[in-house]
Amino acid sequence: MEELAAAIMLGLGAVGGAIGMGLMGGKFLEGIARQPELAPMLQGRMFLLVGLIDAIPIIAVGMAMLLLFTGG
Amino acid sequence: MASEAPTTTEYIQHHLQNLVFGKLPVGFERDSSSEALTSDAWVLAENQVEVAEMGLWAIHLDSIVWSIGLGAIFCWIFRSAALKATVGTPSGLVNFIEMIIEFIDASVKDSFHGKNRMVAPLGLTVFVWIFLMNLMDLIPVDLIPEMLTYVGVKYQKIVPSTDPNVTMGMALSVFCLMLFYSLKLKGIDFLKELTLHPFEPPKKGWAVIFAPLLILVNFFMEFVSLLAKPFSLGLRLFGNMYAGEMIFILIATMLAGSAGAGYLGGIQGSSTEANFVVWIPIFALTIAILSLNLKGKISTKNTVLAVASLLLFGGGIFALGGGAIQWAWAVFHILVVTLQAYIFMVLTVVYVSMAHETH
Repeated sequence: MEELAAAIMLGLGAVGGAIGMGLMGGKFLEGIARQPELAPMLQGRMFLLVGLIDAIPIIAVGMAMLLLFTGG
Repeated sequence: MASEAPTTTEYIQHHLQNLVFGKLPVGFERDSSSEALTSDAWVLAENQVEVAEMGLWAIHLDSIVWSIGLGAIFCWIFRSAALKATVGTPSGLVNFIEMIIEFIDASVKDSFHGKNRMVAPLGLTVFVWIFLMNLMDLIPVDLIPEMLTYVGVKYQKIVPSTDPNVTMGMALSVFCLMLFYSLKLKGIDFLKELTLHPFEPPKKGWAVIFAPLLILVNFFMEFVSLLAKPFSLGLRLFGNMYAGEMIFILIATMLAGSAGAGYLGGIQGSSTEANFVVWIPIFALTIAILSLNLKGKISTKNTVLAVASLLLFGGGIFALGGGAIQWAWAVFHILVVTLQAYIFMVLTVVYVSMAHETH
């Protein structure tokens, strides 16, 4: 049961994170392509959002590992 | 933990346990003494049962000592740089500190448009302090806790930001600042913001009877979103650092299968004495052989053979493997460490900035 729970946590976390990162990265490149002079500003904000998007999946990884290796 | 080999679960739980100082109730029977306590006692917890017994009235000594110590280091470094600062070309340290300050200054100017002399220093403190606390994660997981077991300290968590008390405490301070500035600058308008938004209650006509209901709904929604800010702020930092620490610990348990692997890898499958007794001589011998090779006393081929057999003999190869993976994760973790400190700083500034804005 723990394995299944950990798999769901990891998998769904990865799916959500990947979709979020993909959308954001795509928009970021689009924005740079349109207005290259805004690149430094956009980059800073992009990294901020990377951290925000990254948070939940990485927390899920930690929790899943804890569940998997210590059995809850 | 010193005499017998812990299982993986025990090892992980041991590493996730803070050094707790708390009150044991009268009549509690400790493992270390045969008699029950005759009065309430403030002691260091020796196992998880005692931690559970202490409940709320307990202090995480390690988090407090490490975080305050790191704060002191931060203040000391910045003070010494400030004393050395000149109008001429800055030296190495001063240059570095100036770089950090300019970076924070630019970020704060980017997201804070009000007038407040405290916000930039607040951002600087939050960023550097959290960065230093997160940086403790990059020290090998067993190094300091193992050393401290030899002077009788049983538990030690050296990364303060993996303790929810620390991160939530910082988030709470930010929350207090938000409330303080909201009330100071907006006063009664702050209450209006909480209750008259997003559904504006009607002021006249028959619909006015719905106004209290709408105010209630507004207040509920705004209050939840107000509380969610500090909560997510603290939890995000804690979750990231906790997950990172967890992965370091898991790598340590994964490859440390044999004696001697303990120092870099972990203590799974071997006693702690064996780790030091086996690993330190191997380490010393390796250094000795390498230095002999550098002086030209023995050939390179023989050196490689000798070092390889030494490593294989002591299980050091496992330690090196574990160490390599630890290192790889640590390199990735540098990004997380910096990013989380930056995010905490930016969000702090943004939240305080929101407290300054009137609608």
